[in-house]
Amino acid sequence: MNIDSFKPAIVYAIYIASTPEKVWQALTSAEFSRKYFFGNAVEIELRIGGAYIVRTPDGSLHISGEVIECDPPNRLTITFNVNWPGLVEKLGPTLVTFEIEQAGGAVKLTLIQSHDRPLSDDILDGGRQGWPAILSGLKSVLETGNPLAIQMAPPLRMLEALKQLGIKTP
Amino acid sequence: MGKPEFVYVSYIETTPAKLWEALTSSEFSKRYWWDTSVVSDWKVGSPFSLVLNGKTTDVGEILEADPPRRLCYSFRHILNEAARNERPSRVTFVLEPHGKLVKLTLIHEDFAENSVILDGISKGWPAIMSSLKSMLENGQPLIIPFDALSIEALEEVYRS
Repeated sequence: MNIDSFKPAIVYAIYIASTPEKVWQALTSAEFSRKYFFGNAVEIELRIGGAYIVRTPDGSLHISGEVIECDPPNRLTITFNVNWPGLVEKLGPTLVTFEIEQAGGAVKLTLIQSHDRPLSDDILDGGRQGWPAILSGLKSVLETGNPLAIQMAPPLRMLEALKQLGIKTP
Repeated sequence: MGKPEFVYVSYIETTPAKLWEALTSSEFSKRYWWDTSVVSDWKVGSPFSLVLNGKTTDVGEILEADPPRRLCYSFRHILNEAARNERPSRVTFVLEPHGKLVKLTLIHEDFAENSVILDGISKGWPAIMSSLKSMLENGQPLIIPFDALSIEALEEVYRS
């Protein structure tokens, strides 16, 4: 997949007292992801072209994608398509990059969500609300071992905007 | 294009009162903010300053103070000459209970046109907010050398 036409829409950086290897593991293993990603399980084939899948706690498919860049433990890029009927057709694919860098005694994790077309603030609100919660939880799990109990539903303004585009939401 | 603003949200396992104290007490701020003191009496209309190694780096005025919910101050960086001559920007902290956690939203906005501080604050705040969260959750701030942020207009006072 050619990713040249994708432009960053959301960037979020967080510093974590950990190692790049542990941050990489937290991003790519179901055991970890269940603790910070609203109970969802990440399944990934760690090679370019491999599958990236996120399942909800009941096992159903929530996000499906493909590995685009894979340079452990430094950089991971995946397509990240929420499995709501009509979403990719209307909005195009979503690209997510995780950059992991050592920063002194901490690790800097940068999340970049990119799209190949401009999207409204209403639609981007999903990622703007979701990523800080997910990555705050990831940091706490790695630093304290204890997940954060963050209750969060998709933002109403996003669900409304998706509905108006004819995208079916749960 | 809209006006530039920097928004940073984090979820912290703490109480609004402890978070408020961490934002307004130098004893705390020196631990997570590269030894920076936050100096003010936190009353609306009072002066506000950040002081590092005995040197004032940033100044402003308290615009809103509603402990432990909302704090807003104007903000002008004064070490760099170009920044000193800009009109002040504005920093707001919103603290909201979120279940057993606190959702902290930092908004830095209302920048002068082509503001020279945008690059620095965009790189600085995530490190400061991350270290604040670590300190409140496990008692240990992060050790992030200032140089690791690759802020272009870095002053000597930060490097020491």
